[in-house]
Amino acid sequence: MASLKDLRNRIASVKATQKITKAMQMVAAAKLRRAQQAAEAARPYAQRMESVLGNIASAISGGPDAPLLLTGTGKDQTHLLIVLTAERGLCGAFNSSIVRLTRERALSLMGQGKTVKIFCVGRKGHEALRRQFEKQIVEVVELRSNKGVTFADAQKIAEKIGGMFAAGEFDVATQFFSRFHSVISQVPTAQQLIPATFAAPAAAATGAEAVYEYEPGEAEILADLLPRNLAVQVFKALLENGASEQGARMSAMDNATRNAGDMIKKQTLTYNRTRQAMITKELIEIISGAEAL
Amino acid sequence: MATFPFELVSPERLVYSGAVTEVIVPGAEGEFGILAGHAPFVSTLKPGVLTIKGDGGPKKLFVRGGFAEANPQGLTVLAETAIPLAELRAENLAKMIRDAQEDVEDARDELTRASRQQFLEQLTSAAAAIEADARTSH
Repeated sequence: MASLKDLRNRIASVKATQKITKAMQMVAAAKLRRAQQAAEAARPYAQRMESVLGNIASAISGGPDAPLLLTGTGKDQTHLLIVLTAERGLCGAFNSSIVRLTRERALSLMGQGKTVKIFCVGRKGHEALRRQFEKQIVEVVELRSNKGVTFADAQKIAEKIGGMFAAGEFDVATQFFSRFHSVISQVPTAQQLIPATFAAPAAAATGAEAVYEYEPGEAEILADLLPRNLAVQVFKALLENGASEQGARMSAMDNATRNAGDMIKKQTLTYNRTRQAMITKELIEIISGAEAL
Repeated sequence: MATFPFELVSPERLVYSGAVTEVIVPGAEGEFGILAGHAPFVSTLKPGVLTIKGDGGPKKLFVRGGFAEANPQGLTVLAETAIPLAELRAENLAKMIRDAQEDVEDARDELTRASRQQFLEQLTSAAAAIEADARTSH
């Protein structure tokens, strides 16, 4: 049986933990709002980019001089898996669900005899994958900043990916991140980056205006835009991930706070019971001592 | 004068949205002005000054990287960077030019060197234009 002092200490420690989780939850809520705004602000750019690219790509993709970023190398032997995770833990299953999706994909690709390379963005993904896929990890980028991701970060990552592609180091690139649905639901998602895929443009609706004039030529525009699109897609994924991370952390910390509350209640009950038992014991001792006289 | 909807979008936010009468865009093959009812047109951008003419005085912004799309619904400019000239500081631009110079020196093959050199030249000419603008407006 734990002594009263032990119980008191235990209650105090759980209370301190509860304060921390409560604070973390509130910080995550504030950050979530900001991350959501950033994700929404970035949406128009990505949408416009996609619609214009879709238009040009459908016009040119059949041609022989279509850029490789669009058509791919024609093989799918080497796969690059880009894993976008958070820098910090304590956010529920956020990191582990992205990692699990990646691991499943990597194992199934390796089972088919393909070569797998892994590009880690974020410390947590690297830590989780390091043991199993040490030889496959080719690149690690950590995003350490308190101000959230900027487009420049995404550009740096995209440049590295583009450089590796140009050097022929892989055929297909897929990025793994968590799509933000709501505070309680984040869906780990795989998105293919290279060869680029576009939703087919609504040809019927745009029929009349499909005759664009291009300056410089279509091929040059496409060559200029595809690397940019890569950066935009990575940026979008990073922002979605940022919002998902905060959402996951918020609900995880909310749970932790509630659990701590339950624990405090239970411990307080035990504490009071033990105290009462001791008082009763002492009384019995006094009374029986008096009676013996 | 007829107006048309214009949007200037950067990856991080929607910079400008509204009805305007004319926009002058620094296109890759030369500056061009867009008025209402322009034919469908897509062009990439070079670093330079984008001028918006609408209500009030003309607004000038430094833009780099991206493209402009004109269609019957209006004009959309997607730029990686879009900073109002008033907020653009000289040292900022100087840093960009320095970075571009380093990029040229770091280029490994002729093709990248040529394209980076071209970018550097465009940047320097944009800087000159901005300086000239600052002199006339003060």
